[in-house]
Amino acid sequence: METIVSDSMVQNTNQLEGRAVPEKTLGDIQVDNPRMTARNVNVFYGEKKAIDNISLDIGVSQVISFIGPSGCGKSTFLRCLNRMNDTIDICKVDGEIKIDHQNIYDSAIDVVSLRARVGMVFQKPNPFPKSIFDNIAYGPRIHGLAASKVELDQIVESSLQRAGLWEEVKDRLDQPGTGLSGGQQQRLCIARAIAVSPEVILMDEPCSALDPIATAKVEELIHELREQYTIVIVTHSMQQAARVSDRTAYFHLGKLVEVGDTKQVFTNPKHELTQDYITGRFG
Amino acid sequence: MTDRTYQGLDPLQAAERVAASINVRKRKETRFLWLGKTAVSIALGFLVLLFAGILSKGIPGLFQYYVTLDVQLDSRQLDPSDQMTVESLAGGDFDGVIRTSLYEALGNPEGRKAKREARRLISSGSSQRLMTYVLDNPEQLGSMVSMQFAVDDDVDTFLRGLISRETPEADRRISNQVIDYIDALEDQGRISYEISDYLFFGSASRDAEMAGIRGALVGSILTLLVCIVIAFPLGVATAVYLEEMAPKNRLTEIIEININNLAAVPSVVFGIMGLAIFIVVFGMPRSIPLVGGIVLALMTLPTIIISSRAAIRAVPPSIRDAALGVGASKMQTIVHHVLPLAMPGMLTGTIIGMAQALGETAPLLMIGMVAFIVDVPAGVTDPGTVLPVQIFMWADFAERMFVQKTSAAIIVLLAFLISMNAAAILLRKKLERRW
Repeated sequence: METIVSDSMVQNTNQLEGRAVPEKTLGDIQVDNPRMTARNVNVFYGEKKAIDNISLDIGVSQVISFIGPSGCGKSTFLRCLNRMNDTIDICKVDGEIKIDHQNIYDSAIDVVSLRARVGMVFQKPNPFPKSIFDNIAYGPRIHGLAASKVELDQIVESSLQRAGLWEEVKDRLDQPGTGLSGGQQQRLCIARAIAVSPEVILMDEPCSALDPIATAKVEELIHELREQYTIVIVTHSMQQAARVSDRTAYFHLGKLVEVGDTKQVFTNPKHELTQDYITGRFG
Repeated sequence: MTDRTYQGLDPLQAAERVAASINVRKRKETRFLWLGKTAVSIALGFLVLLFAGILSKGIPGLFQYYVTLDVQLDSRQLDPSDQMTVESLAGGDFDGVIRTSLYEALGNPEGRKAKREARRLISSGSSQRLMTYVLDNPEQLGSMVSMQFAVDDDVDTFLRGLISRETPEADRRISNQVIDYIDALEDQGRISYEISDYLFFGSASRDAEMAGIRGALVGSILTLLVCIVIAFPLGVATAVYLEEMAPKNRLTEIIEININNLAAVPSVVFGIMGLAIFIVVFGMPRSIPLVGGIVLALMTLPTIIISSRAAIRAVPPSIRDAALGVGASKMQTIVHHVLPLAMPGMLTGTIIGMAQALGETAPLLMIGMVAFIVDVPAGVTDPGTVLPVQIFMWADFAERMFVQKTSAAIIVLLAFLISMNAAAILLRKKLERRW
C-alpha cells in the first residue's frame, strides 16, 4: 500500500513537470452570445510569461469557472478582465479583450468605467473599515448613480437583499462592516460589487477563506445572481465549479487546456491533463 | 543522510533531549526578563532624577519676591502735560514717586549713600510697571495706591537664603546697609513671595528679576505654526507620491535614499542653509519666526515623510483592491481610503517631528533667533526668539537668579511639549475611532 502511494506521488510530480500542454485549446472557446471575448492574450510579469496565448468567450448570463493547479494563471487572466493587473508595475498584457465589442485596453475606454461594468470580489473578504451602509453606498456615490438620498437608500437595500444579507444587517447598517463574520463580510463585498450594477462580476476564489456553511450561502447567491449577471469564478474546489458553473475552463501552466460545458468537462474531459486534475491525481 | 540505517530518534530519547533543552530555554528567558526589567528601571530612575532635578530647581523659579509700597500718584509729577498718553507719561517722574514711597517705608534715610543703597532694593523695571498701571487706571491719579514691585535680583537671591549674612561685606553682592533695609521691610510685612508675573508676562531682559518667557513662548508658537503649515502637507504629499504614484526606477530610488540621508543631517547644517538661502539670497530679515519655521520645516520633513510612508505602506493592499474593484480612481482610492487609514500613523510622525522642532536650538542660532529681543513678536515677520534659545541664553548669564528662571523656563517648555503631544494623541484617538 505504502509503495503504491509513494510511487504515484513521484509519478505525479513528473507528470506536472514534463507533460505536454496542447498548443490549441480543446473544446469550444466561442459562445453564441458573448459578453466578453478574449483573443490571443499574453501576460508577462517582467520577463516571465504568465499567460500564454489564451482565447476565450464569456457568455451573457453565464457562470464560467476557471480551475487549475496553483500558479496556472487563472487568477492573472481573471484580473485582466477588469484591468486590475494595471496596478502591478511589471505586468504587461497584450492581445485583445473586448466587452460588448469594445476593446478594454483601448485608450478610449476609461479604466474606472470599465471597473464599474466589471465588478470584482476578492479571495479574502475586504470590506472598507466603514459602516455597512457606506460600504455599499461607496460605489454608487463615486459614480454618481443615486440622484437623491432616497435613491441611495434604495440601492443599498436592494443590493443587500440580492446578496441575501438584508435580513441579517438591516438593524445595524451604521455599524462597521469589519464587525461582520467572514461569510457575511464576503456577501457584503458581493453586495458592494452589485451596487454599481455591473454587467460582469469576477470572483477570485471567493470561498477559500470561508467555512462550508458560509460557502454554501455564497454558492446559493451565485445561483441567484446568474439571472442578471455574467459571473466568472476562479476556484480551487472542483465540487464548487461543478455545482455553480455552466462552463468550465481548465488552465495549466499559463495555457488554457480545455473549455466546455461543466457537465462535459467533469464527466468526459477531452484532455488527459484535465482528467488527471479533476480526478485528483495532481494539483 | 548517507547513513541509510538511521531511523531517527527513539521517542523516549527525544523527550529527554527536549526536556534538557527546555531548561536551557527557560534560563535564557528568565535572564532576558531580568535584563529587560533592569534596563527599564534604570531608565525610569534617570527620568525620575531628571524630573526631580528640574522641578526642585524650577518650581522656586516660578515665584519671586515682591515688596509692597504705598505710592502717592501725584498727577503733576507723573503727567506734567496732563494728557494721559504714552508720550506725556514718558515725561513723568515715575522713578521719583517710587523712590519717595520707598524712602518713606524705610523711615526717610539721610545722606546720598544711604539713599543710593535704598534704591538698590527695587527692580529698575518698577517705573515701567507703575506707568502701565497709571495708563490702565487713570482714575486713580491723585490717590494713594498700594502696589507690589519686584525686588532686585540680588535682594531676591539673598531672601532665598543663597547669599549668607556671614560672608564678609566685600565679597557679597549686597551691602550690610541693604540687608538692614530688607530686615526693616520684612518687619513691616512688606516683603512677599508670590508667583512671578514677570516670568509669564515679561520678555527678555538683562535684569534677572524682570526676565520673562512670554516673547520666547509666542516666538515658539509662531515658529511651530509656520513649521507645521509647511512640513505637514508637503511631507504627506511627498509620501503619497513616492508610495502610491511614483514609478519605481533609479530616479525615485535616489530621491528615497536622499530623503533618508536628510533625516541624519545635523540640524545646524539646516541652519547654515537657511542663513545662506533665505537670508543671504532671498534677503529675508534675520531673527524672524518665518525663516525659523521654514528651516525647522526642512529639518522635520524627512521625519514626516519617512513615517508617513511607513503608515501608507501599512494600509492593507486589499483595501486598495476593494476601492479599485468598485471603480474608484487612483486619487479617490488614496483620498477616501488610504489617507484616512494612514492618518494616525502620519500624525505620530508629525508629532515626533514637531517635538524635535520645538526643542531645536542650533539651526535657529544660525539664522539669528538668538538676538536679544524685548518685544513680543506680533506676527511671523517680527523678530523673535524661541523657548530653547531663551533657555540657552539664560543659562549663559552669571546672575544667580537666572538659574531658577532657566529651570522655570525648562518646566514651561516641557509643559508645552506634553500638552502638544497630548493634543495630538487625542486627535489620533478620535481619528482611529472613526473606523
